Amino acid sequence: MGDVSPPTNQMMEAPLDGYIAFMLVATALVLMMTVPALALFYGGMTRSKSTLNMMMMSFVAFAIVAIIFPLWGWSEGGWFGTNPGAGNGKLIANPFNLFGLHLESADQYVFVLFQMTFAAITAALISGAIADRIKIASWAIFVVFWVTLVYFPIAHNVWGGGWFYTKFPNLDYAGGTVVHINAGIAGLVLAIITGKRIGFKKDPMKPHNVTLTMIGAGLLWFGWYGFNVGSVVTGVATDDGSNASWLNGQYAKEMPWTFMTTTVATATACILWLITERIVHGKFTSLGAASGIVAGLVAITPSCGAVNFVGSIVVGGVAGIVCSLAVGLKYKFGYDDSLDVVGVHLVGGILGALLIGFVGTAKHSPQGLDNFFPAGGDGIFYGGNATLLGHQAAGVLFTLVWSGVITAILGLIIKYTIGWRVKPEAEVEGIDINEHGETAYELGSSLSSHLVTEGV
Amino acid sequence: MAKLVTAVIKPFKLDDVKSALEVLGVQGLTISEVQGFGRQKGHTEVYRGAEYVVDLVPKVKLEILVADADVTKIVDAIVEAARTGKIGDGKVWVSPVESLVRVRTGEKDADAI
Repeated sequence: MGDVSPPTNQMMEAPLDGYIAFMLVATALVLMMTVPALALFYGGMTRSKSTLNMMMMSFVAFAIVAIIFPLWGWSEGGWFGTNPGAGNGKLIANPFNLFGLHLESADQYVFVLFQMTFAAITAALISGAIADRIKIASWAIFVVFWVTLVYFPIAHNVWGGGWFYTKFPNLDYAGGTVVHINAGIAGLVLAIITGKRIGFKKDPMKPHNVTLTMIGAGLLWFGWYGFNVGSVVTGVATDDGSNASWLNGQYAKEMPWTFMTTTVATATACILWLITERIVHGKFTSLGAASGIVAGLVAITPSCGAVNFVGSIVVGGVAGIVCSLAVGLKYKFGYDDSLDVVGVHLVGGILGALLIGFVGTAKHSPQGLDNFFPAGGDGIFYGGNATLLGHQAAGVLFTLVWSGVITAILGLIIKYTIGWRVKPEAEVEGIDINEHGETAYELGSSLSSHLVTEGV
Repeated sequence: MAKLVTAVIKPFKLDDVKSALEVLGVQGLTISEVQGFGRQKGHTEVYRGAEYVVDLVPKVKLEILVADADVTKIVDAIVEAARTGKIGDGKVWVSPVESLVRVRTGEKDADAI
């Protein structure tokens, strides 16, 4: 990509309106990533007897977070703008400052909701690690506490000018640490705490409908343009538009750039996952294409504003190769991360965050031009020293420790109180029929059931 | 009297077998999709690197009621139409039928074919 041309006069007149209009669309796009894209992506990978439960975990997580985020999440995360917790340099912001948004002006609502969709998908991502075996009520309770004790604080520390950012300013454009490493490590911890599915490594547990998974991956890619490109948001919009010219510059510089890097990295990861798979396992699989797309999207999430065109190919390529090999780790180490949240989101997130330390370029990236790079500047391949890589590694470590430890405590409390697992016979028969009283597919004869409800 | 000819064949050969039987004037047959294994054994599938051996392969089972006199030519026709020469082509067998009734008319045995 070359230099970005300066904004035209016409754009200068109403940058704020255009910005808000795009953010509304971006927010709806990220909503779509959870319901239904992630639900489809995961739902197709489960066995047919647990499809509805898998999809419900995403739907329920989204609905819960959509309520508690405006209640105390926005306040506790202390994101930016007029939020009083922003930039406080502490581990956490006061959840009661803006409780229920009672002091927040309506023009900030779009940013509240945009951040809400991120919290919701992060929680929903975890569910893939514990598919086919969890009581839906335990999941719902976990989500409430997890976003409160893990997601909001980490988002505050990485994005909201919290304690961590003041010590180690690092680059995470759209949530490589906050979303993907966070969900990935939480998934790993919960997969270990909740235990393996009955028959893991023995019974066939192959995806029941890869078509759904491919539709889900495609919709995730589409929605990710809201996720990454919409992350241009820095809360700078003011009521009177007094900062409009600066906003307009950022708007024009960053958004086409992140759109491009997101696209190229994802396509590269898709192709390289397929090639790796062909070499190692002999076939180009559809599930590999869908997984490669998601791995690429994950890896470019933190880096889309810090790398150039070549960098985005490197990020996507490395993610495609490494993640396609990392999904085999669970068989080696014996944890039942059912749908590879670790192999795709944890590994992909770490790769994306660390690769900034190698291929990040302050001179040819929007975040560089806006002086977001920590002192020390470029990545190692662009003439920088190891400072940037060090800050990126610190961000990874901070997320791993915070999320890993608190998720473990929460997971163990639930395990020894209300319990995580459905009864073994329910798990074997099918979690859909036992937890939800439904089945995803009615393929049998109409003779096998009859209506008992009266007066319908 | 009548015999029951049963054939288990490769699914993609069903059309060829059906046409061959129509040429011989066969009036009806019953088909089911079945799974099983013989010397062919199963095949391997890979999902994100996890390999699954599918032990049972899909086959089609045909059941045809035929008059004693027609048994040989019908069996020959099925064998010829279903053969690819590769492993997994299937089997054909003949069994006696004790009695036979056409539901609509009540006709019995050879008349009911």
